[in-house]
Amino acid sequence: MSQPADVGTVEGAAQPGPRWWPFPGIQLGTISQTLGPLISLIILSLLLWTQQDVFMSSNNWLNIARQASFNAILGIGMTFVILTGGVDLSVGSIVAVSSVVGGMLIINQGWSMWPAVLMMLLAGGLCGLVNGLIITLGRIPPFIVTLGTMQVFRGLALQLTNGQPIFDITKVQPEFDIWGTRNLGGVPSPVIITAVVFVIGYLILRYTRLGLYTYAIGGNEQATRFSGVKINRYKLSVYVLMGLSAGIAGVMLTSRLNSAQPNVANGAELDAIAAVVIGGTSLFGGEGTIVGTIIGALLMAVIRNGLTLMHVTAFYQQIVIGAVIILAVLIDRLRRRNAA
Amino acid sequence: MIPQPLDLTAPSPPSVLELRGISKRFPGVVALDDVSFDLRAGEVHVLVGENGAGKSTLVKILSGIYQPDAGEILLDGRPVTLPDPHAAQELGISTVHQELNLVPHLDVGRNMYLGREPMRAGGIIDWPALYRGATAQLAALGMTFDPHTRVRGLGVALQQMTEIAKALIAEARVLILDEPTAAITAEESEQLFRIVDRLRGQGAAIVFISHHLEDAYRIGDRVTVLRDGKHVATQPLAGVSTRNLIQWMVGRELTQQFPERPHAPGPVALRVDGLNRQGVLHDIAFAVRQGEIVGLAGLVGAGRTEVARAVFGIDRIDSGEIEVHGQKVRITNPNEAIRHRMALLPEDRKQQGLVLLLSVADNVVMAAPGKISSLPGIAPPGRRVSTADRFIEALRIRTPSARQRTMNLSGGNQQKVVLAKWLLTEADIFFFDEPTRGIDVGAKVEVYRLMNELLARGAAIVMISSELPEVLGMSDRILVMREGRIVAELDGPSATQESVMTLAAAAEEVVA
Repeated sequence: MSQPADVGTVEGAAQPGPRWWPFPGIQLGTISQTLGPLISLIILSLLLWTQQDVFMSSNNWLNIARQASFNAILGIGMTFVILTGGVDLSVGSIVAVSSVVGGMLIINQGWSMWPAVLMMLLAGGLCGLVNGLIITLGRIPPFIVTLGTMQVFRGLALQLTNGQPIFDITKVQPEFDIWGTRNLGGVPSPVIITAVVFVIGYLILRYTRLGLYTYAIGGNEQATRFSGVKINRYKLSVYVLMGLSAGIAGVMLTSRLNSAQPNVANGAELDAIAAVVIGGTSLFGGEGTIVGTIIGALLMAVIRNGLTLMHVTAFYQQIVIGAVIILAVLIDRLRRRNAA
Repeated sequence: MIPQPLDLTAPSPPSVLELRGISKRFPGVVALDDVSFDLRAGEVHVLVGENGAGKSTLVKILSGIYQPDAGEILLDGRPVTLPDPHAAQELGISTVHQELNLVPHLDVGRNMYLGREPMRAGGIIDWPALYRGATAQLAALGMTFDPHTRVRGLGVALQQMTEIAKALIAEARVLILDEPTAAITAEESEQLFRIVDRLRGQGAAIVFISHHLEDAYRIGDRVTVLRDGKHVATQPLAGVSTRNLIQWMVGRELTQQFPERPHAPGPVALRVDGLNRQGVLHDIAFAVRQGEIVGLAGLVGAGRTEVARAVFGIDRIDSGEIEVHGQKVRITNPNEAIRHRMALLPEDRKQQGLVLLLSVADNVVMAAPGKISSLPGIAPPGRRVSTADRFIEALRIRTPSARQRTMNLSGGNQQKVVLAKWLLTEADIFFFDEPTRGIDVGAKVEVYRLMNELLARGAAIVMISSELPEVLGMSDRILVMREGRIVAELDGPSATQESVMTLAAAAEEVVA
């Protein structure tokens, strides 16, 4: 029996939806949050289609999805971090650590593939743990901590390899290409990996306490602590998840390049943050979705792919991507103003 | 029988500010419906109404934050538009909002002159002139504090004075005070009233918004009552009784503000002994029985909230013993307090009680996710909603659904969500800190009823409140606090406002 009109005591507040909205359970606000980026993605795709026929081909879309996958995986981890009101600037460096660990174990130590991949993930998770421990125990803002560990982890990767890339991993472990270059049932393996990570991330965020508290901590850390939630434990988990995502991205990229490079993924953290922000997640924490982040990563890949097809230089692409980030936040701001 | 409000037909002095037929809609809500209002020079016009009556919306329209959908605003008889807050200030309409708008890192003088700094030739700020002006303006308000004081270190009351002084420097002719007495002590309120009196004497036109009807009688010339976005009455306060005002506000007769309950306290649920926190709490000792409300009274800053925070494990204590149901316990964080089935309903609901961005359901299950699923770490959204639905029904929480964000609920309903959170943890020792602050009259009674239901189920309640009628009406025993100490224990039914206030404020005389 409860209709929005019953809430006579709500003063100037956003309502769950206009009268015509048929799903009282689902807030229109939550949908429109991802609807904006989705509509942008569709319109942009149609526009690019009118310019280049080949853009809409299934091959090109698989290409776009593959190109988006690396950023999307980092973005999924980053969504958790940003939802808590934090940020992780060290993810590009963590990818490099993971990559270098894999290359060294396989080429220098003669490890077989599976244990090596496991260690690459662990290396990522460990880096995340370090970030999380410093942030929670040292009570230092995540921005500062990860600004520092960005240097530390990158330095570690460079020192471990003396700054030299480790080439030709598949010569020793021929199966190592399954993570980056092969197709499974016509779908590039990075896309499949991303899909799996997405499903796991989605389930965690929606169905677990960790998910609930990820939103709660970002929304109001104090109230969450006063509810008896062990804040540090959940924050730590979030940075470990971020590290694991970076580890997975490291495996994917190392396989794709067939080499471990200490300089790899420089600036990847900024792309990941961009995907999260374009996807409608608030940088202040507390609201946002992983679906949005996937759309954000796709949007960035579509722009790069489409502009490349149109022979626009990479320099212009950079300008366009930058403008899109600002535009996304601007649209979000307008949406909020209308809602408030 | 509700008296029919009359409108004044006698000739009256010209209005400085007039609103005609103002309407403002938000999706799903008509916040203001054809509201008219006028304000004369040299008068204090009090605006009252329950939460959601439209007071805040009206203030936001007057200060240029919202644009009305219909109606006109006249200043000195000429229609004006207020497209933004700056425009309103330029026209001489200044608002002191409930959330103060000062720059905390700057001092009082710089805040007062922010954007209007006196200049020397060459674009250089004339600092001596600025501080001279600030000192003079403060003195004109009867204030003697140093304009070099940083705003950050000031209490709410002095920050308010700074805002008022700032408005005067902006040459405000219309001053809007939005709930200025909500967060300050009775004495500070009295000081504020003296300043408002002085400004009225100088011909200022003042809109005064308050939840406290006593404020209206103390300071107001006329009163306007809003209810559900509609104008109900505008009357000179001299001819209106409190009873009438409340009836206009709620549209019904309030028979019994504090519901009766059988008085049958059981065994001691919580005992605190020798609790110390350096510079804050000294030798705090008290006990609360099951089925009993112990009221903590005292002035703001007497340490009442700090007692609750210390027992609940938020602030570290230097020494002291806590016993729960006869068992000695050690509590160093809220999590441990909750395990001993304690609950804290904080004074600042929006900052400490709720995650406003999250839904009713998520807030309800926040403290006890283990209650909705036996699988470790799992908290399925469907269960969150069905759990919350139970409480929405039981506590009559007014919300379109359990998925509604708590930011969209009124104060009373937000408080019920916080209570639902603690009911789910099956708490039996409750700390209610200012349980009805910012809650409208009707919802207050509901909160009191819920507290009584808790008592009937054997809960023990510690209630902190600055509203004396509430302390007197609800408490079985009253502990009066002063400067971090419990200075007296009074029997609830026989205590009077005077006896509590005298004990709470006595320190001032001793010090002076």
